[in-house]
Amino acid sequence: MELVILVVISLVMIAAAIMAIYSKNLISAIISAGVVSLLASIIYLLLAAPDVAMTEAAIGSGLTTVVFLYALNKMRKSGKDG
Amino acid sequence: MGKRIFVIITLALFVYISLPLVLDFIPTQQLSYVSQKYVQDGPEEVGAQNLVTAIIVTYRGLDTLGEVAVLFIATAGIGFILSRKKWRKRKKRSSSSILQTGTQVLLPLIIMFGIYVFTNGHLTPGGGFQGGVIIASGILVYILASPKNKFKDFLISLTESISGFGYVLLGLLGLILAAGFLDNSILPLGKFGRLFSAGAIPLIYSLIGLKVGSELVNILKYLRRD
Amino acid sequence: MQLITGLGFVLIIIGIWGMLTRKNMVKIVLGFSLVDTGIHIIMVSIGYIKGKTAPILNEAVNKAKALQEVVDPVPSVLVLTAIVIGLAVTALMLVYVVRLHKEKNSMQIDDHGELEW
Repeated sequence: MELVILVVISLVMIAAAIMAIYSKNLISAIISAGVVSLLASIIYLLLAAPDVAMTEAAIGSGLTTVVFLYALNKMRKSGKDG
Repeated sequence: MGKRIFVIITLALFVYISLPLVLDFIPTQQLSYVSQKYVQDGPEEVGAQNLVTAIIVTYRGLDTLGEVAVLFIATAGIGFILSRKKWRKRKKRSSSSILQTGTQVLLPLIIMFGIYVFTNGHLTPGGGFQGGVIIASGILVYILASPKNKFKDFLISLTESISGFGYVLLGLLGLILAAGFLDNSILPLGKFGRLFSAGAIPLIYSLIGLKVGSELVNILKYLRRD
Repeated sequence: MQLITGLGFVLIIIGIWGMLTRKNMVKIVLGFSLVDTGIHIIMVSIGYIKGKTAPILNEAVNKAKALQEVVDPVPSVLVLTAIVIGLAVTALMLVYVVRLHKEKNSMQIDDHGELEW
């Protein structure tokens, strides 16, 4: 059962990472990177490291996403994308 | 196109080097020598239930001090880069009343939860870093809800300097009263597993939490300012 | 936990690929943060020992036999501090991107070619 959960989480993480690199829309790319961090915190929990899981859930998927969105907001009037 | 081929060759070499590391990976069977020492002697020497906290605050306390210093330098760099020129003024829209009312209910609860996480760092998972980040996210909600309010810069910088100063001061007290820098036995170790136990660990970790929280609030504040 | 180590390496490779091929500077920073996550996953998976519990000696763990019952705490400690530093470094890189964008009004790295040789 645990193996099934791990395989599913790994596949979703890899898909989200590829989407973060290849998405045309920058905001959806940033949200995909946040999804990678959130699933990573579940993996830390399964690996018996609850301290790291809390840190990753709060920093990796919370504050990092916010910092990216704030920085994107600062340079909103940009032309090209990709 | 030549660049793309170069990238593919670089990645192929990287995979070639690291593939044996994955394929021949032998899972760890027992603790390493250093960890054995920490797990065996940690409860008596330090008195903390959470061994991760015991290692962060006492055994590797100097590393944590360096890490907080790196965080401070990065924050100072961000403020320095962003404050060179005047940014263009943009009109600030006020937020919706749902967000404002929700913030009034949630902000005290979030900050209380953050304080709970870092005062119980030696008993349960969590500690200064996690609690500081939770407090910073609570203040982020406040910033989002009321963008017009003048943010209390003085309070944040006061918290930051007092907590950083107190952290170093506690470390120096350990040098005078106990065995070495950041030794936690300057206060009595107490009963194993209680809130007031493990010597100075709750105090030191609370100061680290306040320091990390105020640094992260500063990063958010610099990025928001325009 | 060979599967999780492999997952970490795949994340690192995707991140390096993104850093080397994308032209948008925000995407390059995103690739950097993916590499960060992959390295953290590998480090935690090295400390994991099958069938053992977290290094917190509460009622669930027999204190006398703690050596046989908990996983390695040292990788958790290293990763814990590395995550916090990672946020600060990512924010610093993003601020440089904001600064460069202000100079040339472009996020593409090819437009910032003053140092090209």
